[in-house]
Amino acid sequence: MLSPVILLPAILNGLMTGAIYALVALGLTLIYGVLHIINFAHGALLTAAMFAAFFAYTLLGLDPYLAVFVLAPLFFVAGYALQRFVIGPAAHGEDRNFLLVTLGLAVLIENALLYFFRADTRTIDLPYAFNVIELGPAFIAVPRIVAFVTVIVVALALWAIMQWTDTGKAIRAVAREKLGAELCGINVTHIFAITFGLGTACVAVAACLLIPTYYVNPTAGEAFVLIAFTVVVLGGMGSVAGALIGGLCVGVIESLSSVFFGESLGQIGIFASFIVTLLVRPSGLFGARA
Amino acid sequence: MIEPPASEPLLAVNGVHAGYGGSEVLRGVDFAVYAGEIVTVLGANGAGKSTLSMTISGVIKSWQGSIRFKGAAIERKPPADIVAQGLIHVPEGRRIFPNMTVRENLDLGTYRRARSRRAANRDRVFAAFPRLAERQSQRAGTLSGGEQQMLAIGRGLMAEPELLLLDEPSLGLSPLLVEELFALIKGIHAQGIALLLIEQNVVQSLEVAQRAYILDNGCVVLEGPATDIEKDPALRRAYLGL
Repeated sequence: MLSPVILLPAILNGLMTGAIYALVALGLTLIYGVLHIINFAHGALLTAAMFAAFFAYTLLGLDPYLAVFVLAPLFFVAGYALQRFVIGPAAHGEDRNFLLVTLGLAVLIENALLYFFRADTRTIDLPYAFNVIELGPAFIAVPRIVAFVTVIVVALALWAIMQWTDTGKAIRAVAREKLGAELCGINVTHIFAITFGLGTACVAVAACLLIPTYYVNPTAGEAFVLIAFTVVVLGGMGSVAGALIGGLCVGVIESLSSVFFGESLGQIGIFASFIVTLLVRPSGLFGARA
Repeated sequence: MIEPPASEPLLAVNGVHAGYGGSEVLRGVDFAVYAGEIVTVLGANGAGKSTLSMTISGVIKSWQGSIRFKGAAIERKPPADIVAQGLIHVPEGRRIFPNMTVRENLDLGTYRRARSRRAANRDRVFAAFPRLAERQSQRAGTLSGGEQQMLAIGRGLMAEPELLLLDEPSLGLSPLLVEELFALIKGIHAQGIALLLIEQNVVQSLEVAQRAYILDNGCVVLEGPATDIEKDPALRRAYLGL
């Protein structure tokens, strides 16, 4: 069972799945790191994005890998508007309200999807969905490789934005020192909305990467967000690098535990590692130690 | 004795009331800063000094009264717009970005103003503060208290202020650094920048300022040329509550 012929494919496949977890977690951790709120609507937004990608293909014939160039900006704008015109004004700056408002949004979005599309589970058939590439002893499905590469590119792009653009610097400034940022002429409300938009755009990209091989129904996003929370805790709340590394780790842990404990028990590893992280290193791999 | 010029003030605060929640901190504050002046507002803890500076820079909205900068009303403007007009507030407690480098901190000073002259202004700040130049790639959180205060002022200067509002800049500095700070304030003034110095440090502030206001319990209780205020027995009474 420990033969590399089994382990290597398991690890590679884990990395590929983990990349998607990382992307969902990236959005979550970005929003947490700057707005200091946990966005409970993240999963519902992921589901909505998956529906959008599904209908872009079935109604418009748009390949998900092309739809991402439309959906990511669209969801950025939607996220921006949600934070600026709904979540921000409704929360009145109280953390507790942020929780309730995002939770309310999640319920609203999920039930709207349920009302319009029923609880049916839908999938799309892409000609290349089952193509594989041989990597040593492992056969990796093409959509997984696309997902992995895309996530790395998105993470690097986000990092570059944060490091080198004025908007990125403003985001980092607001995250740590809101008053100082305001007195530099940074419009904090705008930066909050931009951050929420970026987090939501991450979810749209994740949806386009998932839909070629995954199904969508009105609660499809939830499974990923639950794992993304684990990733965020493992990587450290608010840490972008932590989300990426944490996501990949969780993917590999899940994949290896399905090898050892059986397919249906793969998630045991994830939640065991979650508990261990909380016990041993509660601030996460990259989190600031308080 | 220096009389305020007869022209329109750069900053005019008239009958301003402000506070937090239901409690009023400022109860009708009036004062003015003219171009080219150093004006100091002095007061003990709890007199309303920080509330006053926050209200001027738009972080707290005034309940009543008017604040005019360069002749235009700013009391309903958000902080970013007030920064854009050239009124730069260096807050109490420095409020630098500890997770970012010294250079990034300075660059954000030009986020809303003078962005095209960022590099030139940075060179000027580095010339004025060689310590910051040496540490430009270091994270601001690792600087000493004095260096952080210099960084906060440097970040304010990046935006080419027409009026620089310094809130308690000498707080927590050693006597030697306080000397340095007040020399710096004179240097900034010599460049033609007007300063509003909100301070607890009476002696040094009155020494650099042309005019002074004493704030007590949310009201201006004494005002006049700094040299007169210095001698006024009412100063000790108002300030120290004696």
